[in-house]
Amino acid sequence: MTAYIIRRILMLFPVLFGMSVLVFSIIYLIPGNPAQIMLGQRATPEAIAEVEKQLGLDQPFYIQYFDYVGNLLTGDLGTSIKTKGAVAAELFPHLLATVELTIVAMTIAIFIGVNAGIISAWLHNTIADYAVMVFALVGVSMPVFWLGLMEQYIFAVELSWLPSTSRTNALTDVNPITHLYLIDTLIQGEYAQFKDVLRHIILPSVALATIPMAIIARITRSSMLDVMKSDYIRTARAKGVKGFIVVYKHSLRNAVIPVMTVIGLQAGLLLGGAILTETIFGWPGLGRYIYDAIQARDYPVIQSGILVVATIFVFINLIVDLLYAVVDPRIKYN
Amino acid sequence: MLKEYELQVKGLRTSFFTDDGEVPAVDDVDFYVREGEILGIVGESGCGKSVTSLSVMGLIPKPPGKIVGGEILFKGEDLVHASEKRMRKLRGNDIAMIFQEPMTSLNPLFTIGDQLVEALLTHKKVNKKQARQKAVEKMKLVGLPRAEELLDDYPHQLSGGMRQRVMIAMALMCDPKVLIADEPTTALDVTIQKQILKLMRELNKKLNMAIIMITHDLGVVAEVCDRVTVMYSGKVVEESDVKTIFKNPQHPYTKGLLASIPDIRDKVDTLYSIPGNVPKPGSIKRGCRFAPRCQFAFDRCFEEDPELYEVSEPNHLARCFLLDEEGEQQ
Repeated sequence: MTAYIIRRILMLFPVLFGMSVLVFSIIYLIPGNPAQIMLGQRATPEAIAEVEKQLGLDQPFYIQYFDYVGNLLTGDLGTSIKTKGAVAAELFPHLLATVELTIVAMTIAIFIGVNAGIISAWLHNTIADYAVMVFALVGVSMPVFWLGLMEQYIFAVELSWLPSTSRTNALTDVNPITHLYLIDTLIQGEYAQFKDVLRHIILPSVALATIPMAIIARITRSSMLDVMKSDYIRTARAKGVKGFIVVYKHSLRNAVIPVMTVIGLQAGLLLGGAILTETIFGWPGLGRYIYDAIQARDYPVIQSGILVVATIFVFINLIVDLLYAVVDPRIKYN
Repeated sequence: MLKEYELQVKGLRTSFFTDDGEVPAVDDVDFYVREGEILGIVGESGCGKSVTSLSVMGLIPKPPGKIVGGEILFKGEDLVHASEKRMRKLRGNDIAMIFQEPMTSLNPLFTIGDQLVEALLTHKKVNKKQARQKAVEKMKLVGLPRAEELLDDYPHQLSGGMRQRVMIAMALMCDPKVLIADEPTTALDVTIQKQILKLMRELNKKLNMAIIMITHDLGVVAEVCDRVTVMYSGKVVEESDVKTIFKNPQHPYTKGLLASIPDIRDKVDTLYSIPGNVPKPGSIKRGCRFAPRCQFAFDRCFEEDPELYEVSEPNHLARCFLLDEEGEQQ
């Protein structure tokens, strides 16, 4: 097991190296002089020289790269051109806003998606199966911005049950410890604030959960159908084991590996910032942050944003790979 | 006095309902097995042996499968109309089954120990420790070495022969009255086959358990069985004790099967095989199902379906018009 983990972690280094080179090169993909483009047409030569120096563009390529990686390793993600603030400090709260939204959305997606898939496979070719599959098809086909707008129209505007945008009410002032507001409010005993935060997260997380939920349901169903045909499931039934246990113990564990893969990919995608959802719901997340940086041509922020998203994606897949070995004992020995 | 029937199957009919209509996989099958007896059910692939055994276990996938007629009596209790709950109580407890493919019949993600104790924990009131003790005891009974260590191993760490022994140990966990073995040695190599067959014979003697041995291999039948039922295309075509069937086979199909066994003393260039293939279930609507492949077939064989006729020896039946003495006189 240890050897597997070490091998799998060593495999990260080439990926992270490639990623850093790509992200670093973004600045060179800009046609013309990056400093000029950042500052606009009417910039003075002095100002351009200033920015070039600030970005290190007057140094040779490899020195720039090593400086860049060296800075990354000390946690320095550069300085925002727009705000002049440290990118790391600005990015962190946005990242955690997205993390919180993703965790809630994925919890909904996994719980409903996996169970719907199981029921669908268990009751294969019945009305329940068809119903789940129709919902799953609608789920994957529905544009998330449309779903978000409909949710707002129905639950915020017409029914006034839930707030339509933002992370909290204007008057709610959460004291950030972890920046995950649900946890912050709970550990500080601010139950009124917790309720407010919870009410705000429902609509965006449901909108965000829909597509992963549908994909997870479809994968779970097909994987379960395969497994339920296998000989060892017949063996379990021949032992007189209850149907529920055959399905949730014997079948699910065997069917779960492709489901985990999909969950990992979907979680990575959501963490990368769901720009549409975050924009519609005014969620101050990573997607919005990167989007605003693109609008402002704030290249250091774009670079760091992409780097953080890609790194998260790689690490989520690492976790999924390690979980494979927990689920399937055969993987350790290969 | 003869012992009571542990399991008796009367007129069993199991069909699969497909888009092309009803396909009768098992059509009017009778057999029985007594305490301490080994019954062989023999036939080629596709003759309905496995469907018969799955019907007894109540494990026919439905839909599309369904038992459409007949009776399955376990100690006199009808299993065809038993509730799923009742069947679950019987499965693994009173009637156990082992399967053809030891490589895929064990769940790859659970330890041998987990899988062994499961049947016991499901059916009997025992704690985990007692269950593990019993598992070790059964593993020793089936000749598995270093049983305690094996409990924490996973199936992929075991050889095919060892896995089949684990399957047998698993089937024995609750001391079943009837053990159905569906081609238990087919996937194993020859030396391991011998060991497993010897083991089954020993267990039968030691535990006085009824065994139904499903096989396509008459060699297996000769080695372990007391009586034999020959099936062809969903029907029983011949039934007798083992000695009789080898000495005096009556049905042309049985004769063909026997002739197909290669004999090392014969110096022939080509081995004998019955011409043709088993017909697809439901494809023959009229007459004896073996008639198209039978060298003795005459007009009547293509018109009418023969019944099981008594042969001169006691308890020897065969489904062939050649044995219909009244018919011959007509």
